[in-house]
Amino acid sequence: MYDIKAIYEAESVEDAVELRLAHPEAQIIAGGSDVLVQIREGRRAGKELISIYGIDAMRGVSIDEEDNLRIGSLTSFSHITNNPLVKKICPVLGEAVDQIGSPQIRNIGTIGGNTCNGVTSADSASTLHAWEAIIELTGKNGIRRLPIKDFYIKAGTVDIRAEEGEIQTAVLIPKESYENTFGHYIKYGLRNAMEIATLGCSVNVRLSPDKRVIERCRIAYGVAGPVPMRAPSAEAVANGQAPTMALAEAFSLAVLEDINPRDSWRAAKAFRQHIAVEMAKRALIESVKRAGGEIA
Amino acid sequence: MRKVGQSVARVDAFDKAAGRTKYYEDRMPANALYVRIKHAEKAHAFVKSIDTSAASAIDGVVKVLTCFDVPDIPFPTAGHPWSMDPGHQDVADRLLLNRHVRYFGDDIAVVIAENEVAANQGVRALQVEYEELPFVLDVQKAMEEGAPQLHERFPGNVLKHTDLRRGNYAEAIKEPGLIKVEKWYDTPTVQHCHIENFGCFAYEENGRIVVVTSTQIPHIVRRVVGQALGRPWGDIEIIKPYIGGGFGNKQDVLYEPLCAWCSTQVGGRCVRVDCSREETFVSNRVRHAIRFHITTWLRKEGTIAARKVECYSNQGAYASHGHSIAAKCMGSFGQHYPCDHLELDSWTVFTNRPAAGAMRGYGMPQASFADESNIEDCAAALGMDPYKFRMMNVMPKDFHDAFSGNTNYFDSFRLCLEKGAAYIDYERKKKEFAGDTGPVRRGIGMATFWYNTAVYPISLETSSNRMLLNLDGTVTFQCGETEIGQGADTAYAQMVAEAVGLSSYKDVRVKSCQDTDITPTGLGAYASRQTYVAGFAIRQTADLLRGKILASAAARKELTAEDLDVVDSCVVLKSDGSPVITLSELAMTAQYDPVHSEHITAESTYTIRSNAYSFGCTFAEVEVDIPMCKVKIVNMVNVHDCGSLINPALAAAQVHGGMSMAIGFGLSEQLLFDEKTGKPLNNNLLDYKLSTFMDHPHLEAQFIENPEPTSPFGTKALGEPPTCSGAPALRNAIYNATGVAIDRNPINPHVLYEEFSRAGLIRDAWKEET
Repeated sequence: MYDIKAIYEAESVEDAVELRLAHPEAQIIAGGSDVLVQIREGRRAGKELISIYGIDAMRGVSIDEEDNLRIGSLTSFSHITNNPLVKKICPVLGEAVDQIGSPQIRNIGTIGGNTCNGVTSADSASTLHAWEAIIELTGKNGIRRLPIKDFYIKAGTVDIRAEEGEIQTAVLIPKESYENTFGHYIKYGLRNAMEIATLGCSVNVRLSPDKRVIERCRIAYGVAGPVPMRAPSAEAVANGQAPTMALAEAFSLAVLEDINPRDSWRAAKAFRQHIAVEMAKRALIESVKRAGGEIA
Repeated sequence: MRKVGQSVARVDAFDKAAGRTKYYEDRMPANALYVRIKHAEKAHAFVKSIDTSAASAIDGVVKVLTCFDVPDIPFPTAGHPWSMDPGHQDVADRLLLNRHVRYFGDDIAVVIAENEVAANQGVRALQVEYEELPFVLDVQKAMEEGAPQLHERFPGNVLKHTDLRRGNYAEAIKEPGLIKVEKWYDTPTVQHCHIENFGCFAYEENGRIVVVTSTQIPHIVRRVVGQALGRPWGDIEIIKPYIGGGFGNKQDVLYEPLCAWCSTQVGGRCVRVDCSREETFVSNRVRHAIRFHITTWLRKEGTIAARKVECYSNQGAYASHGHSIAAKCMGSFGQHYPCDHLELDSWTVFTNRPAAGAMRGYGMPQASFADESNIEDCAAALGMDPYKFRMMNVMPKDFHDAFSGNTNYFDSFRLCLEKGAAYIDYERKKKEFAGDTGPVRRGIGMATFWYNTAVYPISLETSSNRMLLNLDGTVTFQCGETEIGQGADTAYAQMVAEAVGLSSYKDVRVKSCQDTDITPTGLGAYASRQTYVAGFAIRQTADLLRGKILASAAARKELTAEDLDVVDSCVVLKSDGSPVITLSELAMTAQYDPVHSEHITAESTYTIRSNAYSFGCTFAEVEVDIPMCKVKIVNMVNVHDCGSLINPALAAAQVHGGMSMAIGFGLSEQLLFDEKTGKPLNNNLLDYKLSTFMDHPHLEAQFIENPEPTSPFGTKALGEPPTCSGAPALRNAIYNATGVAIDRNPINPHVLYEEFSRAGLIRDAWKEET
């Protein structure tokens, strides 16, 4: 039995926006795999809920008129993993969200919930950062889009304006981001399932037509700081360079200039730094391979 | 065909698979009140006051009771048989709720409410004022002078110290040329993590108290509830339905006394206590974390001259099973690798941690980790192959332990080691893996264990059962040794069918549910005793039942009982096997005889005055990714000599479960506490790293079936043994792969990072700069 004050079920995006304006203190609930856990723990006990789970218009993956890969915020992890467009355009995202929790959680959990939760360990977040995803919010004044790096404000806080009735309606990956781009995600956990990431690392590269130069390299981490983050120093080391083992080493060491993992009982800072370097190296090598290149 | 030795389907398989099996919650009466417990948020303190006004005002709250309301009757909780000798009775150090808070999570108040939400709100609304005391979490720090004291009756925090001496250690170590291997080994606090959290409900009926509870030990719970409430034991009725596992946590009396008392405080209404997973981790029981200091003196040719072992067992806040675990742990050393000169000591020490109690293996997984790590280190010190060193030194054939009366009749250790080595292809792989020098290295390791089947001669061993011949010729069977998921009911059905002479195990109706008012008294499911112990009483009662069957058949058919036998549910002539009367015909004829009506039943009690050695080993093959600080288990095999198998498929399932537990103990599981506050940090299944299917290789279970001479069915321990040797086998495999001997478990990535850094396998250049 959950300690819930009231629950309002939205039937459409407009309905959700109106409910949000009418109940500004209410908590949005989608799949519930985070919110219900928090209610049970007492953290969100006694709150009003607005359920958006029934809004089918917010489900599914498509290519929109601007050629963005558009993922409706209510799309479940298992649907993302198995979606043909995702498999073709950004398979690493499907692989990343396939490492969340258990099959049951991946069937109920949504990419919108994963990002709106604002936690650094979310398995989708590092890949969405590395692919410079755009977050689409819908409110009383219509649609607002912002880069995912601006969406995350601080640990547990994202830029959704309740006073404007906003809800997150889609996650977009622009064509310029996904075109001719190949990536790899490594989740570091202490076990192989039912796990929260000790560290997550997502790398992607675009190679030159002859595959001899890394034209663009992007890397992002989860749990390397209070919110998911890019490692621009490391990217600068790799951009425009030939993919070699020496580069992979230099690239991976450079991440230390960017990341700032915590010392906590879950993992020591030195240990997180060590695996961050190793993961960057391995993810870069794998990304280059996936892009059809060879590491010299 | 014999009924034992067959892999028949479990008697409860269909209902369990279909979700029909009834656990305590499925038997809950309507309108039961919810009892929710306020757990202290200090590691050591006195409760000065509890303001209940806000909680009492919450809609739906029926009653709030605190540590200032409970009867002042200390009671013990260990699931041990009662001892008539006061000197051997368990320590009575618990109250229903405690003013003296001894660990972070101690029970200080309850809120009883109409619904769960109100009860939880009530608990959150309680205002507690504490007088804080210094606390201690570490076992050896708790033994230091000036350490915080937990129990007035135990100054210095030592619950008990025992020792064992053989030969003359001090003289023996003077032998010239000895090699000394001295090390410390540390094992962690872990929890049972059975699927079904503990829960129970209680109500009054005609002036008596009925408790339906998820327990392994209904008859012992009856005694303890009576003790805790100051009521005659006959006033209490305990009902044990199907339970979702226990692994020893439910071999302790948990919240049954509190639940029963709460019912008496609300006019006998039904009240329920349902532990959350978070509570189960902290406020039930845990495994003892034991620290070892081992010094082994070796002769160059590879024999052990003398050994000194100290075991420091972290008891946590309350005595529970107490020193029994450390004593058993310590006792294993003298028999596992016998040598002539021994000094063994063990201390069980109170600390401000959750109370440690029984857990599958009862001290032996800890002992095995330390002993088998040290034996591996000894082999390394000698430059000997660890397999060969074990074959030379492990308990020899015909070894006899005078105290337990156990004998190693068959040289089981060597048979198990040979079989395990053959399965894993030890010699070839060891050579092949020795060439690995890259970032990913393979390794192979092994460990052995021995285990006592039952608790004789430390405690009483008794089993009672009842067999009723039904009118259709089937037999209803009841006993006090409980089904807790391990498959005991199925083994009993097979043994009863065999012993009585029924045509199938399906003709045995095992009453899985124990009711202490009805079920013959038994001690429950613990040690690895059920099949062994129940076997004696099953044979005895079956003989009684057969006697009555044959006498009745002989009288009705004008034959002589001595000429008759029961075969495949039919009374037959011994001479030619020809049928005389089927059991169903006999049962009907006897029951409805208008002159001499007879219900054919038998019941008996058997007191067991023996015990039996169970043996086994684990071989593990691993791949260690050094830069990533990760271990992948590639292959793992357990070989057991647990005597004759009653049901090979169920036996293999026991082994798989135990190996899984050993993997967690070895590589990932550990309950952590905040050093500054004593607060448990990871008492949930996300942060407590129970291993998953995805972390397991194929688990191979193999057996050597040397029939146990003392057992009517040739069986001995298998319930706990599979948990014992896995962790050290993994530790030794990692050692073999990397050359790094790690002396603490779990060997998780954090530990590997520290150890590999120390050993120079990992060099973080940026760390050296700073």
